[in-house]
Amino acid sequence: MQRNDIGLPAPGTTILKLSNVSKNFGAVSALTDIELEVKAGEVVALVGDNGAGKSTLIKVLAGVHQPSSGRIQFCGKEVSLDSPSRALELGIATVFQDLALCENLDVVANLFLGHELSPWSLDEVAMEVRAWTLLRELAARIPSVREPIASLSGGQRQTVAIARSLLLDPKIIMLDEPTAALGVAQTAEVLNLIERVRERGLGVIIISHNMEDVRAVADRIVVLRLGRNNGVFTPDTSNQELVAAITGATENAVSRRVGRKAGEQAANSGNHA
Amino acid sequence: MNTQLSSKSRPEPVPVALDRSDERVSHADGLAGLLTAFIGRVRSGDLGMLPVAVGLIVISTVFSILNPIFLAPNNLVNLLFDCATVGIISLGIVCVLILGEIDLSVGSMSGLASAIIGVVWVNSGIPLPLAIGAALVTGAAVGALYAMLYNRLGMPSFVATLAGLLALLGLQLYILGPTGSINLPYASPLVRFGQILVMPRWLSHLLALLPGAVLIGTGLAIRARRQRVNLSSQPLSSLLVKVAVLTLILQAAVYYLNLGRGVPWMFGLFVLLVIVLNYALTRTKWGRSMFAVGGNREAARRSGINVRRIYMSAFVLCSTLAALGGTLSAARLASSSQQAGTGDVNLNAIAAAVIGGTSLFGGRGSAYSALLGIIVIQAISNGLTLLNLSSSLRYMITGAVLAIAVIVDSLARRSRVSHGRA
Repeated sequence: MQRNDIGLPAPGTTILKLSNVSKNFGAVSALTDIELEVKAGEVVALVGDNGAGKSTLIKVLAGVHQPSSGRIQFCGKEVSLDSPSRALELGIATVFQDLALCENLDVVANLFLGHELSPWSLDEVAMEVRAWTLLRELAARIPSVREPIASLSGGQRQTVAIARSLLLDPKIIMLDEPTAALGVAQTAEVLNLIERVRERGLGVIIISHNMEDVRAVADRIVVLRLGRNNGVFTPDTSNQELVAAITGATENAVSRRVGRKAGEQAANSGNHA
Repeated sequence: MNTQLSSKSRPEPVPVALDRSDERVSHADGLAGLLTAFIGRVRSGDLGMLPVAVGLIVISTVFSILNPIFLAPNNLVNLLFDCATVGIISLGIVCVLILGEIDLSVGSMSGLASAIIGVVWVNSGIPLPLAIGAALVTGAAVGALYAMLYNRLGMPSFVATLAGLLALLGLQLYILGPTGSINLPYASPLVRFGQILVMPRWLSHLLALLPGAVLIGTGLAIRARRQRVNLSSQPLSSLLVKVAVLTLILQAAVYYLNLGRGVPWMFGLFVLLVIVLNYALTRTKWGRSMFAVGGNREAARRSGINVRRIYMSAFVLCSTLAALGGTLSAARLASSSQQAGTGDVNLNAIAAAVIGGTSLFGGRGSAYSALLGIIVIQAISNGLTLLNLSSSLRYMITGAVLAIAVIVDSLARRSRVSHGRA
């Protein structure tokens, strides 16, 4: 990862700041008055139940959806993210949940899609070398970068999508469920990678349902519930507290289950005794 | 780098190329490898040029048995003259098919272009280059209109161009007026280009050497570069064999055509356009974006590709090439008539692209499919004409061939999906 980090803001300064961002799909308000701040060199985890608005928020920041109202500040300046290319230009890279890869193109073509080297006479050799180096950094097990994406497994596709987000020297990376389809070793590599990216001074937003992963890398945990902010936590917050914030009640499905299991265990040990 | 790559399970310090470090993938090296790789590709539904080769062998065997004139050099020269006009139209179809769209109005567009040539050049006496320019600009404008209907109003290209088919035909009849047919002067350069002009022998042989020379030149350069940066490279033997076979075939073809009238300049223009489009599709950012949009439109948009501009470029290119094809077919027939561009021109252009290997489902195709496909289509049409069959039979047979081509495409696609090649 020998890239010049010129242009990256100093660690600790705010890269991205959202105020009162809302997004409506017709009568449904997917996001309501969202506040979010990401600093350079910081990993922010976005957690919440299904339908909490995490992916919608990511898509707003990636320029895929336009917010209905609210302000987005990037590096201190107010910006409007009206298209994916605008977001990419600013330095916001995204790994989408559905990965957004072209199955008919090979790995190299997908990595460089929209940003090919020498547009009038594609430099395939340079792109292939860069692709292999990038994939090696991610410890990826890709059999061949000249096979179409259609022949790769889910985990391999995920690695390709992550590699692509790093290609453009972004200032901030958003990962929507980056470890959902990955094996044990690859998950560890992605978590390592997130830490390396943070050390380089980039901001990271990660969505995950895996609390273990979230605690392992996040500096702050932002909870969304039904499209609204529902608290900001630190990684050492107890699981119970987090789950309560996510589900919106101390008395919830998870706590009831834990309580029931504990009761069963107590009963079992009582029987054995 | 190499020491880092060879893992502990592999003690011998064999230098492993950057792209060959995964031991699970088998790589085809050498000539035998090339052959096995080809068979594997065909089995998984990646048919490439195979349908064309099989088709041509069947067609030439059947027709030369029925009428030996079919394979006579001069008949083949005529065939190439005919190929160029519809072939250029088919080249535009390749562009819209790669996006997974269709243009059903290319026949009418070519007819309109031919009418414009007749009216502007012959009837109004405006110089020929301006008349050709007017035809091409009209083509570009029609393409831009389709793209706008698609981009802004979300009108499916199928419907927009179907409406265009009728509207353009009406415009063609309107500008031709009550006479309905305008004869182009035989001595004019345009008609001579469309009917008579052939390359000098020495030039045609020289030009037939060119593809091999370019292939070996770029092949060696890429080999050297890949070896420098530690990537595996194509074995020299297979490169040489490819070049030798290609050059041999081209020289033999040129020699045979020169036994007759020779290689038509118009066919030369067509091949040149094929080569230019092939370069644009495979070696430029525009081409990469075309395949990306055809494969997964939303993914292409999220990668920062301006999807609307890509649609615009493809539709404009398709209609402009249709107009150029229409101009050349006016030259070929030495007339602009109400019949120009009607009948089977549309379907022949689309069938040629599909037979040549461009998928109707988007995301797959090449400029060469127009060249190879149109030779098959024109060979059928030419052979049927030699047999003095009525157009009723010719239409039915051409329709059947198109159906077979689409069936082959659908089956191949199904097989590709199940073999993970999409």
